[in-house]
Amino acid sequence: MTHDPSFEYALRLGDDALVLGQRLGEWCGHAPTIEVDLSLANLGLDLIGQAMHFLGVAGDIEGKGRDADKLAFFRDELDFTNCLLVEQPNGDFAQTMTRQWLYSTYQALFFDALKASSDARFAEVADKASKEVRYHAELSADWVVRLGDGTPESHQRMLGALDWHWRFVPELFAMDAVDEAMVSAGVGVDKAALRPAFDARVNAVLDKATLPRQDDQRPLRGGRKGHHSEHLGHLLATMQHIPRSHPDARW
Amino acid sequence: MSKDWPLWEVFIRAKGGLDHKHAGSVHAPDGEMALRHARDTYTRRMEGVSLWVVKSSDIVSSDPDAAGQMFEPAKDKIYRHPTFYDLPDEVKHM
Repeated sequence: MTHDPSFEYALRLGDDALVLGQRLGEWCGHAPTIEVDLSLANLGLDLIGQAMHFLGVAGDIEGKGRDADKLAFFRDELDFTNCLLVEQPNGDFAQTMTRQWLYSTYQALFFDALKASSDARFAEVADKASKEVRYHAELSADWVVRLGDGTPESHQRMLGALDWHWRFVPELFAMDAVDEAMVSAGVGVDKAALRPAFDARVNAVLDKATLPRQDDQRPLRGGRKGHHSEHLGHLLATMQHIPRSHPDARW
Repeated sequence: MSKDWPLWEVFIRAKGGLDHKHAGSVHAPDGEMALRHARDTYTRRMEGVSLWVVKSSDIVSSDPDAAGQMFEPAKDKIYRHPTFYDLPDEVKHM
């Protein structure tokens, strides 16, 4: 592991996008309708595209010949730096949409700020990705409102989904040495400063969805250090199985 | 779920200045969701710059069984085609 904080920074962005993209891919062929199936796959593919970019950047910074594929398929769970939220299981549709909405709302704010990065490798993709992510945030917020303000059953499921995911929200905004170094260098984003805007956006949607505003309780973190929930290992086993069993396989 | 959602016809404008053309249909509970589904289903490969969705049930269509009286009388009226005129070269797309 190199000590250049920008390697770690790119890796985190790549891992978040990769893991959430893989999760969305799990819906393929299982979504409630063909239209929703495509819609989830589209979100997933946008995220995989972001992952390819950021993992590619991480590989370049590291300079040891690891490309995006190598980083995606040949690292173990402890080396993954994604936040805990994105690795949470799909659960029911409410749980998937709530995870998406919380992450996309955060990600939209993050990429808007990252556009001002002094490092073009981050600023340029932030510009492109922020358009994708704004759509993700709108689409998932729309579902949150429909489900929250839907039937007693969908409302109940939304309450369960919020209860499941909210404990992973504080980690999104937590700053550590890597974040501080990147902010000082003019490259990274002050994530802690994004929290009020996040709360404002999220609360507006919760109000519309007739769902209760959430308080931070028993927050869980550790993803950035490789301390993951038990769910990530299963996801990686599925995702990495083919390239590891057949390392030289080509499409 | 899908069977409970009404059908919407999707029209796409490929680029500014062109007509919206029928692309297909999607199921959705309302217009807003129909637009999202149309976007995700039909514009994934840069097919358009504008979308319309129309509830399929709002479209009034001609009766296929009445096609004879509707359309065949035009068959032998070739003088309605502008093929008897010489068009100047500057006139395109005719």
